[in-house]
Amino acid sequence: MTTTNDTPTQARPQVDRAQYGLSGFLAVVGAYVVIEAVGLAPGFADQSVQPDAFPYVVGTALLVLSVLLAVATARGDVAEAEGGEDVDLGQGSDWITVAKLTGVFLVAVVTIAWLGWAIVGAFLFAASARILGSRRLVLDVIVGIALALLTWYGFYVGLGIPIPAGILDGVL
Amino acid sequence: MEMLLEGFGTALTPTNLLYAVLGVLLGTAVGVLPGIGPAMTVALLLPVTYNVSPSSALILFAGIYYGGMYGGSTTSILLNTPGESSSVITALEGNKMAKAGRAAQALATAAIGSFVAGTIGTVLLVVLAPRVADVVVTLGAPSYFALMALALFAVTAVLGASKLRGFISLFLGLAIALVGTTTGQPRLTFGRPELADGIDVVVVAVAIFAIGEALWVAAHLRRRPLEVIPVGQPWMNREDWSRSWKPWLRGTAYGFPFGALPAGGAETPTLLSYITEKKLSKRPEEFGKGAIEGVAGPEAANNASAAGTLMSLLAIGLPTTATATIILLAMQSYGIQPGPQLFDAEPELVWGLLASLFVANTLLLVVNLPLAPVWARLLQIPRPYLYAGILFFASLGAYSVNFDAFDLGLLLVFGLLGLTMRRFGLPVLPLIIGVILGPRLETTLAEALAISQGDLSTLVGEPVAVVVYIVMALLLVGSIVGPRLRRTAPAHEDEEEKVDVR
Repeated sequence: MTTTNDTPTQARPQVDRAQYGLSGFLAVVGAYVVIEAVGLAPGFADQSVQPDAFPYVVGTALLVLSVLLAVATARGDVAEAEGGEDVDLGQGSDWITVAKLTGVFLVAVVTIAWLGWAIVGAFLFAASARILGSRRLVLDVIVGIALALLTWYGFYVGLGIPIPAGILDGVL
Repeated sequence: MEMLLEGFGTALTPTNLLYAVLGVLLGTAVGVLPGIGPAMTVALLLPVTYNVSPSSALILFAGIYYGGMYGGSTTSILLNTPGESSSVITALEGNKMAKAGRAAQALATAAIGSFVAGTIGTVLLVVLAPRVADVVVTLGAPSYFALMALALFAVTAVLGASKLRGFISLFLGLAIALVGTTTGQPRLTFGRPELADGIDVVVVAVAIFAIGEALWVAAHLRRRPLEVIPVGQPWMNREDWSRSWKPWLRGTAYGFPFGALPAGGAETPTLLSYITEKKLSKRPEEFGKGAIEGVAGPEAANNASAAGTLMSLLAIGLPTTATATIILLAMQSYGIQPGPQLFDAEPELVWGLLASLFVANTLLLVVNLPLAPVWARLLQIPRPYLYAGILFFASLGAYSVNFDAFDLGLLLVFGLLGLTMRRFGLPVLPLIIGVILGPRLETTLAEALAISQGDLSTLVGEPVAVVVYIVMALLLVGSIVGPRLRRTAPAHEDEEEKVDVR
């Protein structure tokens, strides 16, 4: 089998340090799973596979993989980031945009129970579009409201699922 | 045969026909649209399973699956940036053809080849799947455990460039699958009552596919719009036909078996098909400059492999591609357990689905040939709206599971995990399959050991299980030794076609 990847677009002179972070993350997850397995109450006597068996296997495997990744990274292993039609890997990563989108999402998580889907959905769309580079604020908001109302009524009428309306309860 | 005719009875009711049309239109659209593929679309549409009949929903999803395969080729040919891994190879010759002013012929051979391969593949599926199911249904828990292990292993170790990353992804998925109280004790629930029933797989799938992808694209959004090659009505002349039909058939022959294997996927058969066509071509000098055979073969291969994938999903109950995994999820949400019993337990559903595949395939040809220029225009959609829309529908999908803000929070957490995975080149598929198969792996093992009263040797007590473990061992050896051999034998270098994707 041939591999279809060609040489990385930019040859990095040194090791990919961020991968140590990933390795650390795996170690934390693995350790947590193992600790959880140790603390589990024993299962019923007739359980042929004890509840802690799988967690031990999975946790240990994650710890081993964490070490292997750290070793591979030190030996110059570089991740092959995923491409795509709209993905331009030639330039650096724009993490500020990602942070802004995460912020918008957090606002949605916190407010959804209070404001309801119609408002939060519209906000989510309009704010994300703006962050992603749309410069027509009025249009963004109109499209967002339209989408949110359409999906709300679509679920209510089409699927028979009433999405909680939040403060608009009674208005919609 | 009778069953299939009855299946057409199910598939051709006005409602189901409508869902099939909707499915192929949506599938083609998302195949063309950048950043969104059939797996993500089916994941986003999972809420429809709450109120639509199982056969209609599955017909819709199958239409999306087949349609995505068609639509993906359009982007490869017109843009040279394949969105789905199954159409990477198509871009090699397809885009060269388009640049040479032969976009219409490239699209035509892709669409007709997909139709031919999809139809043959579906016939094979109809003939073989019930027979395979009859065999699989007789297997005991040890054999089934081995088959599941093989599927996990193959998807992880055989596909993808880095085995280490495949396994990291798989075990992260298995760890997510541990969450919950299925064994009687709360495991990894962090004391949250919301996690007692486990993490909803819908939320994980939507987060990893949709949120992860949207955030990843957001971090790397192209500043300059891509150059789309304008296209007219797809057509082929006599010479194009005579150069295309053999590659179509050979591509189908590669695609179906690879799709049906647990290590399935469309990447290997499309590549093999390309290499074969290049070797057999009477005009090898045209390869790399836009040879029609190089589009016809791989395009047939990827559609035939889609049919093959459905075989292992329906007859064995094991998903081998991302879209098949989400379709399995949809079945589970109806309380339908995919697997060998399916043909006996839900004959109307299965045969309706199989019949609808023929319908979908024919619809796709009708929809795609005349409408190609319209589909190409979808590529002009403003990117902020496209990705804001993906975030919007992903949130809606996750929120509609329980109407709980907690699920939205989980969506964000796993979305960030999806972003991280794309940054570090971790493949998404092993994680999703791990989340889905993890609990089943555990219950099957428990079942096997309960029968043997804890005797571990039962796991190798069935001949099928032994054979499966041998296959796994061979795969392991092959995947380690294979690349080494290649490195130590540079004399064979030109045997291996070097394929430059970019």
